[in-house]
Amino acid sequence: MISQILTAIGAMIFGVAVCAAYFLFSNKLLEIIFPAKEGGDVHRAAVNLRRRGLIRPWLFLGPALLLLAIYLMYPVVATFILSFYGPDGNHFVGGANYVWAFNDTEFRQSIFNNILWLAVVPAACTFFGLVIAVMTDRIWWGNIAKAVIFMPMAISFVGASVIWKFIYEYRGGNDAQIGLLNAVVQLFGGTPEVWITIPFWNNFFLMVMLIWIQTGFAMVILSAALRGIPEETIEAAVIDGANGWQIFWKIMVPQVWGTIATVWTTITILVLKVFDIVLTMTNGQWNTMVLANLMFNWLFRGGGDSGRSAVIALVIMVAVTPIMIWNIRRANAEMKGR
Amino acid sequence: MIGNLGRIGPARLFVHFAVMLIVVIWLLPTLGIFITALRDRDQIVVSGWWTAFAGSTRTTAVRLAGTDKATQDGPNYVIAGNVSGDGNDGNGKIQSFGLRVQDPAAYKAGTPADIGNGETLTVNADGSYRYQKNAAFDADTRGKRIYLTITTPPEFTLQNYRTVLTGEGIGQSFINSLTVTIPATIIPILIAAFAAYALAWMDFPGRALLIALVVGLIVVPLQMSLIPLLRIYNEIGQMFGVPSKTYPGIWMAHTAFGLPLAIYLLRNYIAGLPKEIIESARVDGASDFDIFVKIILPLSFPALASFAIFQFLWVWNDLLIAMVFLGTDRDHLVLTAALNALLGSRGGNWEILTASAFVTIIIPLLVFFGLQRYLVRGLLAGSVKGG
Repeated sequence: MISQILTAIGAMIFGVAVCAAYFLFSNKLLEIIFPAKEGGDVHRAAVNLRRRGLIRPWLFLGPALLLLAIYLMYPVVATFILSFYGPDGNHFVGGANYVWAFNDTEFRQSIFNNILWLAVVPAACTFFGLVIAVMTDRIWWGNIAKAVIFMPMAISFVGASVIWKFIYEYRGGNDAQIGLLNAVVQLFGGTPEVWITIPFWNNFFLMVMLIWIQTGFAMVILSAALRGIPEETIEAAVIDGANGWQIFWKIMVPQVWGTIATVWTTITILVLKVFDIVLTMTNGQWNTMVLANLMFNWLFRGGGDSGRSAVIALVIMVAVTPIMIWNIRRANAEMKGR
Repeated sequence: MIGNLGRIGPARLFVHFAVMLIVVIWLLPTLGIFITALRDRDQIVVSGWWTAFAGSTRTTAVRLAGTDKATQDGPNYVIAGNVSGDGNDGNGKIQSFGLRVQDPAAYKAGTPADIGNGETLTVNADGSYRYQKNAAFDADTRGKRIYLTITTPPEFTLQNYRTVLTGEGIGQSFINSLTVTIPATIIPILIAAFAAYALAWMDFPGRALLIALVVGLIVVPLQMSLIPLLRIYNEIGQMFGVPSKTYPGIWMAHTAFGLPLAIYLLRNYIAGLPKEIIESARVDGASDFDIFVKIILPLSFPALASFAIFQFLWVWNDLLIAMVFLGTDRDHLVLTAALNALLGSRGGNWEILTASAFVTIIIPLLVFFGLQRYLVRGLLAGSVKGG
C-alpha cells in the first residue's frame, strides 16, 4: 500500500513537472537564442525582440494546439474515413456500414431512445431549474435549498446509478420491499415492479436520474439570470395588477430567454454524450440502448467493429454540429461587442 | 429584489411547502445509501433503510431451563436464569412474552404473569426470568417453551466500510483515482492558462480563427475520439514495447478533452483584466513569460480555481475515458470503474455497493461543498460542459 502511494505521488510530480518544465525552458531558450542585448547593436536587438514576439505566442499555444489537434481534430477526420472501412479498419467497404446502420433494429431503437432523451431531459431540467430558481429566490432559506438541489452535480453517474438502483430495487414473494419506490407503491396498494425492465417506460426511469443530477445546474444559472432582471420591470407589473403566474411567464421567462437557451443547449450536448447511466443501469438491455452505448458496444463487441462504431460516432457528431455552429456565432458576436 | 418578489404571489406558505417537498425529494436518494452503508448487513435485507432509526421488533421462541434446575424457596419451587444468548442475541430489549405461538405477546415484560396451575412467570426486559410454582415441578420434563417479543434499538456499524476498503479493492482504486485526477487537473490548467493568455493579449495572425476553433471544439463528442486514439495508443505501445494503457496516456486524454472549455473560460477572464497593468509591465521591460507568471496567474486565481474544481469533478467522476484509456485490470481500476464492476458482480450486496458508492462520492462532495462559491462563479462565467 505504501509503495503504491509513493509511486502514485512520484508519477503525479513527474507529470506536472514535465509540463511546467516545458514552459519554463522553452521561454528561457527563446531568450537565449534571441537575446535582447546584442553587444550594443541596437538594430540587431530590435530584430531579436520582434522575432521573439513572433515565436512566443506559438510557444504558449503549442501544447494546447498539439493536444487539440491529436485528441479532437484528427479523430473527426479519422473517424469519418474509418466509417468506410470494415471491422478491422483495413478493407474499404464503401457505404456498407451506413446501409447496415439504417437497417439495424438496434440502431433504430437507439435513435428513438435518443430522441426520447433529448425531448424529455433538457426540457425537464430547464423547467424544474427555472421554477425552483424562482421559488428559492423568494424564501429566506433558499440558499440551503439550492445547495441541496445542486449537490447531485458532484456525484458521478456511476454513484448515482447505485443510488437509484437502490430506489428501484425489487424483492419478490412476500419479502419486505427495501427499494423506496416499491415500498411507496405498496403503501398505496399497488404491486411492486421491476422498474428498469419495463420496456419503453424504463427509459423514463433512467432519465429521472439525469434530471436529478442536472436540475441543480440549470437552477444556478437561471437563478443568476433572474437576479439580473431590473427591479423596476417587476414593480411596474405588480402595480399594473399582474399576478405571480403572469409575472413568471410574461416578464421573467422572456427576460431570461437567452440563458434558458444556453442551459437547454448545454444539457442537450450532455444527453447526446450520456453513456454511464445506461451502461451501469441496464447496459442497453430491455430496449434502453442509446447511441453512445451502442457505439461503445460495437467498439469492443466480438473483437470490435471500428467501421460500424465510427458510423454511430458520426451520427452523434452530426447531431451536435448545429449547436457547434450556434456556439461559434454567439462567441463571435460576444467578442465583437467587447 | 428578494423582498419585492416575496410580495408577489398568493401564498408564500405554498412556496415554503413546495420547496421543502423538492428538497426532501432531492435528498432522499442519497440519504438512502448513506444510511444503508452504516447498517448491519443482515438488517439491510429485511427492512427498508427508512426504518433504520425506528429500531426493529421481532418475535422469537426460547426454552427455559429444565425442571431439574429448580430450587426450593420456602414453600415455592423456582427456576431462574437468563434467556439472553438463547435466541436473544445482541442488545435487544424484551418487550413482552407469551406461552403460545398464537399469542406471543400476552404478558408485559417485568410483571409477574399468573399462568394457572399455581405457576407464575416473570421475564424481565434484560432477559432474566423467574418461573415459580407453589409445589414441586414435575420431574424430568423439558424446559418450558416461551415466546418473546424483542425490540432492537437502531444499530449502526462501520464494518461495511472496513470490508470494502480492504477486501473489495476500493482502497486501491481510491489511490488510482487520485493518481489520475490530480495531474489531470493541474496540467490542463497550466496549458490552458498559457494558451488563454496568448489568445487574449498577444498579437499574431490567425488569432480570431483559433478562438472560433476552440469554441467549436467544446461540443465535439468524446465518442468521436475513441476509435482513432485507441489505434494511436496501441501503435505507440507496440512501437516502443510499452503498455498502451498508462497514467500519462489518460492524463493527456483528460487534459485534451478539458482544454477547449478551459481555454475559453480562462481567455474570457484574462481578456477582461485591466489593460493598464499589462502595458505598464511591458514598458518596464518584463517579458510575456514574466507578465504571465507574476501578474496574470495571481490575478486569475478565481477563474483558475473554478475551472480546477470543474476539471477535478469531471475527471474524478469519469467512467468512459478511464475504461478506454486506462483499462479495466485490477491495478489500474479507478473508483467509478470499480463501482461499475461491483454493480455487475455484487448486484444484491447492498452493504458493499452502498459503502463503495459513499467512498466514491465523499471526495467530490467535500470539494463541492468546500469550494461551492468558486464553482458557481465558474458556472456563471460561461457555457459549461456537463458531467
